[in-house]
Parts: sequence; C-alpha cells; structure tokens
Amino acid sequence: MTTGLGYPKWALAPMALALALLALPLLGLLLRADWARLPALLMSERALAALRLSLGTCLIATVIVLILGIPTALVLARSRGRWATAARTLVTVPMVLPPVVAGLALLTTLGRRGLLGRHLSALGVEIGFTTTAVIIAQVFVALPFLVVSLEGALRSSGQDYERAASYLGASPTRTLLTVTLPMAAPALASGTALSFARALGEFGATLTFAGSLQGVTRTLPLEIYLLRESDSDLALALAVVLLAVAGLVVWLATHFRAWGSHA
Amino acid sequence: MKRLALVAATLLLAACGQQGATTPSPTTAQQEPAIVFAAASLNTVFPAIADATYSFDGSSGLVDQLKGGALADVFASADKKNMDKAVDADLIDGDPVMFATNYLVLVTPADNPAGITGFDASLDGTKLVVCAADVPCGAATLKAAEANGLTLTPVSEEAKVTDVLGKVTAGEADAGLVYATDAAGAGDKVTVFDVPGAKDDPNTYWIGIVKGAPNKARADAFIATVTGEGQAKLAAAGFGPPR
Amino acid sequence: MPEPLTLDVTVAARGVRIALDAAPGEIVALVGPNGAGKSTAIQLVAGALRPDEGSVTIGGAGVADARVFVPANRRRIGYLEQRALLFPHLSVLDNVAYGPRARGVPRAEALARAASELDAVGLAGFGSRRPHSLSGGQAQRVAIARALAFDPDVVLLDEPFAALDAATTPGLRRLLRDRLQGLTTLLVTHDPLDVLVLADRVVALEAGQVAATGRVDEVFQRPPSAFLADFVGLNLLRGTLDPGGAVRLEDGPLVAGMSESPLALGPARAVFPPDAVSLFRTPPHGSPRNELPAIVAAVEDRGLVQRVSLLVAGQRIHADVTSAALSELVLAEGDVVVAVVKATQVTLYPAAADDRRAAGEDRPVVGPFKTE
Repeated sequence: MTTGLGYPKWALAPMALALALLALPLLGLLLRADWARLPALLMSERALAALRLSLGTCLIATVIVLILGIPTALVLARSRGRWATAARTLVTVPMVLPPVVAGLALLTTLGRRGLLGRHLSALGVEIGFTTTAVIIAQVFVALPFLVVSLEGALRSSGQDYERAASYLGASPTRTLLTVTLPMAAPALASGTALSFARALGEFGATLTFAGSLQGVTRTLPLEIYLLRESDSDLALALAVVLLAVAGLVVWLATHFRAWGSHA
Repeated sequence: MKRLALVAATLLLAACGQQGATTPSPTTAQQEPAIVFAAASLNTVFPAIADATYSFDGSSGLVDQLKGGALADVFASADKKNMDKAVDADLIDGDPVMFATNYLVLVTPADNPAGITGFDASLDGTKLVVCAADVPCGAATLKAAEANGLTLTPVSEEAKVTDVLGKVTAGEADAGLVYATDAAGAGDKVTVFDVPGAKDDPNTYWIGIVKGAPNKARADAFIATVTGEGQAKLAAAGFGPPR
Repeated sequence: MPEPLTLDVTVAARGVRIALDAAPGEIVALVGPNGAGKSTAIQLVAGALRPDEGSVTIGGAGVADARVFVPANRRRIGYLEQRALLFPHLSVLDNVAYGPRARGVPRAEALARAASELDAVGLAGFGSRRPHSLSGGQAQRVAIARALAFDPDVVLLDEPFAALDAATTPGLRRLLRDRLQGLTTLLVTHDPLDVLVLADRVVALEAGQVAATGRVDEVFQRPPSAFLADFVGLNLLRGTLDPGGAVRLEDGPLVAGMSESPLALGPARAVFPPDAVSLFRTPPHGSPRNELPAIVAAVEDRGLVQRVSLLVAGQRIHADVTSAALSELVLAEGDVVVAVVKATQVTLYPAAADDRRAAGEDRPVVGPFKTE
C-alpha cells in the first residue's frame, strides 16, 4: 500500500456540506415516517399492488436490458469510427434526458397516434395504458446504465484473453459466454444493479406514457406521487421502502465493483 | 478608430445601465409582488389577472408546503377540503372566501374516435381516463358517476387533471373527465360533453391570506382584485361564479 | 506426408514478404531484429492476420489465401505467449480443459486429458488451484499444458520465457523440449539459448524478408549473416558425451563443463562465450581448464577487442582477446595455438534433435542459405 498525495485540509469543509446536503433529506424522510404503523401501512392492498407491480416490471425490464444491452455494449466496445461514436452518444442520451421528455418521446413514437404506434394500432396492438408500456419506459431509461458501465469495462479490459480463447478453439459466441462475460462479471453485476434501481425509480416516462392504474401501471413512484395528495403517511412508508431497495441495490453495485478490483 | 471607441463605450454604458435596472434594490421591498400559492388549475388565469410571484401545484401539495413553513402571502385552493385543512392547521389568517366554481365535463379528442355520445353507456369499453379518487377532481368524478348511475372502468387514474387532459389531447385516451376550465383551455383540440348534474354540485375555489404573510397589504390587494375585476377573466377561462 | 506448415505471403502494410515452411516435427526458430516481421509471421499462422497476397497452409490445407480464410478458432494452433493469459475465473484444470471443450470433447474426457497434461508439466495436484495463486513459472507451465491439450497441428511460441525470471527459465526450456517432441513448432525468441536448446533450424528475418536460414549448429559455428553472428554470440562445439561427463570432440580433445540437466550419453554440445577463451602459444598447464589445440583462421579488429577465428577439431570458434594480449602473441593465419576455456564457463547441452534422430544424416535446408 502506497501513501497517496493526501488533500488540503480545507477540502473537508465542502465535503461535510456535500454529505449534509445529500444525507439530511434522506434522514428527514426517515424521521417523518410513521415507523410504528409502517408494517400495517405496507400490508395495505394499495401498497402491495404497487410493490408487486414495481418489482415484477423491474425484473422483466432488467432481463430485457441484459438481453439488449450486453450485445450492444460488446459491439460498441469493439468498434471504432464515426458510426460507433454516434451510437455511443445515442445510447447515453436517455441517461441525461428529463423523464418527462422521455415519456413524451415514447408517446410520440409508440402512442396510438405515434410514428410506430399508429401502425401497431392498425394491427390491433395498443401499448398505452398497459403494463407493457411501463416495462418499455423502464427499459428506455435503464438500458443506458448497463451499456455504459459494461462497455467501459470491456473496453478497458482489452482482448488478450479473448484472443487466447479463440486460439484454443472457442467460437466468438463461446468466447463471449465463457471468457468475456465472466471476466466482466463485476461490471455486469453493478450495471445490472444500477439498471434495476433506475427502472424502479422510473416515474416521469411512465406517468406520461403509461398512465396510472392500480395493479396495471401504477408503480411505486406513481403511487407515492398520488398518495402525497391523500395519505401522506402511506406515501412516506412507500418512500422508505423505495429508499431501502435503492440503498440495497447501490450497496450491491459498489460491492460488485470492489469485488472486481480485488479479483 | 475614434468612432469605434465611442460605439464601444456607449454599448458598455448601455449594458451597465441595463444591469443596474434589473438588479432589485433592497429599498423597494414594498413594491415586491405578493407570493401566491395557487391550485394548478389556476395557472393560466391568475397571471392574466394580476402580477404576483406564483407557485402552482396540487392543492394538497401546497398545504403540505405551507405546513412545512413555506413563505407565502396568499393561498388559493381548488376545493373546500384542502382550504379546510389549511384552516385547521392554523395556516390561514381570517376567513377564506369563495371566488370561483368549476365543474366536470367530458372531453374526447376533437374527432371523437370512439364515437362517444355523452356521459353515458357509450363510455363502456372505451379508453377512459379520469382523476384518481385521492384528488378533488377524482372525488368529483366518482360523485358524478354515482349520480348518473354509471360504473366507470377507466384505463388510468391520474394524479392531476392536466394529465387527464394531456392524454385526451394526445389521442391516447378516447375520453376523459376534466374541469370546464381545462376543456376551455384546450380549445378545439377536444370535443366537450356536459356531465349531467355537474353544474349543480360544482367544485368551489377558495382564497385566503396566509398567517404570517410577509406582505399582508399586497395579499389583501391581490384577493380584492381576484374577487373584483378578476371575475370577468375567470369567467372567460371557463370558471363559474361563486355561489 | 503433407508439409505441416507453409507460409508464402505478402503483407503490404507492414512491408513483409515471407516464404518459409517447416517439416513434420521440426522446430523452427524465427529470429531477427525488432520489426523484422517475426510477429507478423506468427499472426499469419495463428489467424490473427490475413495476408494481402499468397497463402498459408497447415497440414496441407489452405487456411489463408485469396479465397479462403479460416479464423483462428478453427485452426489447430497451440499458441504460447510471454504472458500465460490463464483465465482468472477458471480453475487450473478448467483452463487446461478449455481447448478440448471448445473443440467438442465431452467434459469428462476433456478433464481427464487436462489432468494428464498437468501431470506432464509437473503440476499434478494443481488442478483445483486458481491462476492467481500460481507463480509466474507455474502459470507458464499451465499455459503449456493448455496449449498442447488439444493436439495442435502447429505450435507457436512467441518469446515464451521473456517474462520469466532467469532462475525459472532453464527448467521451463527443458520441459518444452520434452513436450514439443514430434510437434511442428515456430519459435520466436531473442535468446540464443532458446534456439540452442529447442530449435532444429534457424530462420533469420530482416526487414520483412527471410535473410538467412540454416541448421542450428551450422548457424552457431558459421553465422550466415551479420545479424546472426551478433545474435548467436556464443561458441558451440559438437562432440559426444564421454562417460566422465565431458564432451569429446572428433579428434580427441575433451571439453569439460556444467550442464543445466543430466545428459544422456551420445551426441552433445559444449557452449561458451568468446570472451571466455584465452590464447597461448604453449599449454599453460593449469587445471581445471580445457586446453584445446587450435589453428588461427582470421583476426578481426573490433575496436576494444580483437576477434580471433579459430578451428578446433575442424569446428569454428571465436576468441575475444585484448589488443595488448594479441600483440604479445604475434598471431598470423595458420598459426597453431592453445585455446584455454575454464570449465565453469562452459555449458553442456544435448545435441540438436535432428542430430540425435538421424545421427548426422544431412537434411535438406530450405530457403536461401548464405555461406561465407
């Protein structure tokens, strides 16, 4: 272990301020929550429906993110040139897009009068107001997180081991499954965790594109948003659940990354 | 060369002067506009009535903010329930006054693709979007359905009436229940149907001075404007008169 | 029997035009300065690079030409690099079994083969270890086992010991020598000892072309190019291992020395650097030193030292002596002198593989061969 360069002492002051800024609102949320009634609140039909819907859609969205994202990250990590740069930018944009804009984008594309939705509607397929719409919105916002973190890992790890595998007779697919992905497992796991967390927190795009109906499209964030109007105790209880799941997922993600750096 | 320098100096002076004009001086606090917390449905009509620093949100959200100590002079609620909440929480100075009413209407996209004939059985099987029961417009919707003997099966229950309207104007929904004011604001993008009985049991709008208002005089003046000369603009925006 | 490996290619971008081939079981050392085309040649055989013109054949089948390109994973190439590149997420045994598994061998069979390959590199019992727990030398042994576990048609060794410490290298060299028996091999190296111990033939590349080629012993005794002379930098004398443990040259003189490993009786080689040789007019009688009668063939002024070419028992060696020492001796071409070499500075090696196989029978030499 080498000693680092250290830091000027004054850096501690802004850091304390930053931590306070980030931690205090979360603390405030936890303090306001009605802990005694929390279990009862969470067992209510509304809370359970929202929890079930959120976890179910997020799991499906995460699986889709993996199916689409892994090959995308691989191709991008192995490509150079103008079209690859363009594709990389395209993949990153939803990360910085305001959620409402994402929702509008989905609506104008897949909505009943949208670019594609119009033709789907003519075939009798309507996505709006369905759970499918929720999942599409979640995939839209979560996919970049997996692609970006996995692509970075694949790019920096180089291809020496993959080349070794090909000399040993492994086809490109076998190499991907037995060498590339297992070796990128930490980045893959942390990217998956972040994607799941992002899907879980998805609000704006769902609200704009999917609507809000208990058990069908009203996920945890939408339920919290609505309950704010009528039952702030339950809203806070659900917020605590969301915070706990998010905390767990972020902890897992950093844990996986640490595991990667020690391997 | 000299002329160029002159032009540059003039521009610089002009820029400085402009900056000076926009920087508020601490001595003009008396002329600062009132801070108004108003229900989201008032967000176009209020600015047309009077200048103020506005914060538009759902009525209950505004009550939460006031409870949390947010600084405001005036609170305008879109229903009695939330104004009562504010009064109970000792947030209002004096008695609130009713200044407008609003009632539900049924809207469809302009071309009415589902062929809806009104607030009746023609809504069955269509993509109907309403407000969730948790918010005032949702409560009003439930009451209207009951009064008309209808069982609504909406595809979405939104938290905000503007979200209901948005889904109808976008053509995603076949029909939606919104306030007359929302329908008026959407103009020819929607086709409007009356909801029978809605006008007789309207939603009431209340306004009051917030306790500890930093600018009480301005607050009084604002309320006077809304209940006085502002009534014409409220009517033009689709609001009904206070009862 | 078809040629196991032929290469006759042009890679314009790298300025490379190489023609070479290898006989069945032959180990060909590719040497040359950096940028001479050694890596390009290896990549062409491995399938990492496609030639612009010409063709590569392995086992008589074309794997790269104008119409065909067989990708790396469908060639049977045992490739060993500087770095072992063991898959860190797999056990040692699974690493070795990777090749057979990738080529469709059933799991149980592949694991059995891997276990026997591990045994053959002296790492029986290491199968369940993880690569990160191995030393550099052990990792390279596993890499050897892995590269050979699927019976490759051709073995490529790309500076296989360059990343190892000096103490580890002799053992691994010996191991490779055993394991490469009968396997057609291309060896890229910067170390003349690798060539001496492992190779049958040397191909020197310069500026993207084959500059010289020859059997190992010939190259050491009469380097056909300036590069090879510098590269070799060592004297080599051929003879037969004596029961006393010294190498007896054809005309009788004995050369004593040390060996990296026990040697078998039969053809053997004694190797020592030119600056270990001192010259005398008359035998100085001081043991334990080798005293070899020699005839002066030439004297070359190399600045700081004078390089004297000598014939010992009809074989050519060099001695580097100082100008002062040389002026005392007053040497002329054809003079008879005594070349003295300390036994501690002589290393004994087994003879070249083809010498042992064919007992001196001449084998055809392929490619341009420059003689002095």
